[in-house]
Amino acid sequence: MRSIPIPLRRPRDLRSVLPFASLVAILVPMAIIQPNTLSYFGGVMLLNLGVPIVFATLAQLAVITANELDLSIGSFVSLVACIGATLLQRSPWLGVLALAGCVVLYALVGALIEYRRISSVVVTLGLSFVWNGMAVLLLPAPGGKSPDWLAALMGFQSPIIPAPLLWTAAIALCMHLFLMRSSRGVALRGVGGNAAAMRRFGWSVIRAKAVLFGCAGVFGVCSGLTLLGLTTSADANIALRYTLLSVAGVILGGGEFVGGRVSPIGAVLGAITLTLASSFLSFLQIAPQWQIGLQGAILIAVLSLRLLVRMKEQRK
Amino acid sequence: MTHRDSIAIEALQLGRQAEPLIAVRDIDVSFGLVRALKHANFQFMRGECVAIAGHNGAGKSTLMSVLSGARRSNAGWIEHDGIRHERGYSADVARGLGVRCVFQELSLCPNLTIEENMRAMHPQLKGLGWRKRARRIIEAQLDAIFPGHTLCGTDVVGDLSLTQQQMVEIARAFSSVDSPVKVVILDEPTSSLDKYTAEQLLAFVRKAASSGITSILITHMLGEMLRCADRIMVMRDGSVVSTLNAQGLTRDAIIRAMGQFVEGNPTPERERRAAAHSGEVYRWSLGPKQQTTLEVPRGSIVGLAGLAGQGQTDALNEIYAKARHGGSRQRVAYVAGDRRADGVFPDWTIAQNFDIRSLFDRACGSWIDMRRLQALFDAWAKKLDIRGAAGNANILALSGGNQQKVLFGRALASDAELVLMDDPMRGVDIGTKLEIYRLLLDEAAKGRTFVWYTTENDELAYCDKTYVFRSGRVTQVLSATECTEEALLAASFEEVTE
Repeated sequence: MRSIPIPLRRPRDLRSVLPFASLVAILVPMAIIQPNTLSYFGGVMLLNLGVPIVFATLAQLAVITANELDLSIGSFVSLVACIGATLLQRSPWLGVLALAGCVVLYALVGALIEYRRISSVVVTLGLSFVWNGMAVLLLPAPGGKSPDWLAALMGFQSPIIPAPLLWTAAIALCMHLFLMRSSRGVALRGVGGNAAAMRRFGWSVIRAKAVLFGCAGVFGVCSGLTLLGLTTSADANIALRYTLLSVAGVILGGGEFVGGRVSPIGAVLGAITLTLASSFLSFLQIAPQWQIGLQGAILIAVLSLRLLVRMKEQRK
Repeated sequence: MTHRDSIAIEALQLGRQAEPLIAVRDIDVSFGLVRALKHANFQFMRGECVAIAGHNGAGKSTLMSVLSGARRSNAGWIEHDGIRHERGYSADVARGLGVRCVFQELSLCPNLTIEENMRAMHPQLKGLGWRKRARRIIEAQLDAIFPGHTLCGTDVVGDLSLTQQQMVEIARAFSSVDSPVKVVILDEPTSSLDKYTAEQLLAFVRKAASSGITSILITHMLGEMLRCADRIMVMRDGSVVSTLNAQGLTRDAIIRAMGQFVEGNPTPERERRAAAHSGEVYRWSLGPKQQTTLEVPRGSIVGLAGLAGQGQTDALNEIYAKARHGGSRQRVAYVAGDRRADGVFPDWTIAQNFDIRSLFDRACGSWIDMRRLQALFDAWAKKLDIRGAAGNANILALSGGNQQKVLFGRALASDAELVLMDDPMRGVDIGTKLEIYRLLLDEAAKGRTFVWYTTENDELAYCDKTYVFRSGRVTQVLSATECTEEALLAASFEEVTE
């Protein structure tokens, strides 16, 4: 007989704290350099640009949940912005139809990737050129105009708390409830964790991947439209950098590339951290040509920190 | 047919609760050309524990995957309550009938919590409060099977130890949400449990049997079988060959029932060669504590035997790593068993696949000598009789057996003195096998040394010495004359005491 087992109450996972910690680590020096950061208008200015990135990050998160990777989200968001600035503006119905078609196409791609067992990296890399080509066809030169309601939506001013903060909090909460708490979301995450087991228990992996890619499509559309609402005009290459930003956001937020381990709230925080990081570098008056490199350095620092945390956990 | 009758009679003799529950009838399953199951028949009774014994590849796991609904059979049917499920049934039907399975490779989602994993198995857990219900059910089940466990429904499975994961997997299989559990299949359940939890599980299986739950136990631990099971079903070559009543049974009787006792034809070459070894011996100390010592005389063929996955491949990899180590002057080549995973380069031609090891010969310079390689390939292609495609065709154009010949050629054409083989004959037809055996004997006679892991006991007849592995350690060293089927089985099933 062995002695009475010691109750093993693991302390709260350090990994889930890291997104908060990195946000604070950016926010505090920002507030010191530029106290206006924490004011109402400061918040609106800084976070507004974050809203489309948050949506793009959640799109990527949905795909990463399915154990896949989406390299086309940046050009997809650009295409949505172009559709919004042209079709949606001129003939709303056609615009809505085109956007709905894009979402359906995304879901079908997810189903195809599972059905044919092809690498999602290859498929989405190819698709990124398709989206980009369509965007250029719609809008050969930068221009177009956002529908008025969209600009009004993004310019909406809420009392006391900045509107973009409300948006992001609401989005994070919704995605958390759906993916992490609902029974449906659990089944979707299970597919990312152990697809073979889910198949054995009678779940349709194809359907799960189609749903997750469909979610990514919906978030991609949201991202493109909110971006258009902010910039009021579009360009076929407007959001190409979102592809890598969204991956970085998910990983920064505590997600893993494989195994369906994701955290929507963490990913939203990660996306905001990345947005703030670029503003922070501007505040420091660092030349733009150095900013992207430094953003990468911040990313490397945070991810190394996470690796250290994990190594420490394993040693325990 | 006669066997089926005998099962019925034995079931009657069992007497206690001989109430038929579910039966597999004439189940056939083939994977390509390999027939994994041939007319497998068995009747399971309510509230009994049946252990399944059999050597590697006897079809135990395949039969259980049909019974659990994970795989459809090619022929035959499953009978339950007088209903015939032709070619088996789907996972949903199996769940409805109360058939559950604990698979050898765990079927938990590591990214989910314990309670969320309940939902993966039971889609009917949904709606408001499903989490609370799932937690209550799984925690109660864990309490029932493994009293004193420290698990909690909100723990993430990936953070648990392997033993704890196995506990969760077992508890989940026994837990019922709406339809009652009737049959639980346990495929090697104790392999990752410690002694204490394994005891708890076996005690629970007995308790479950008395409350009417049938357990099917696949295990290589004969002691567990004898302690826990009512009947032992013995499988060999894809069929159920006999059913033993566990009462008063001995270990030896089970081993005898599993064996095939085809007297291996001792190869004359081996006898002739026995004296040819030079005095030199390779000696390796392997394992985490260097506790396993292998001694291989140069110019001999040494077999590594035992059940699959008892550390033989790890031993080969370790030998390879040692031979490739900077200070060592040994020239070594490796013949992979899992062709697709670590044998062939699927995008390369046959000749390129063949050449790759020779490029690392000591004599080979920095630049590729195409003419030499071409000559080497032509010579070996003729010697090995590689048929089906020319050297510049893609490797996948060849049949499996011919691909394996290329892999052997790769090792033999090199300057290696030591050749390690990781169960290289899997899925190779008998004709090719005989050709390769002959080649191995020739090469050994020329002074090459072979370390050969095989799961086919017949092949050990070609070995001068056989190390039998169990749980990562050598339990028995058998010389060529001692290496009989019975001795092998006994050594394979020897329980390693900690």
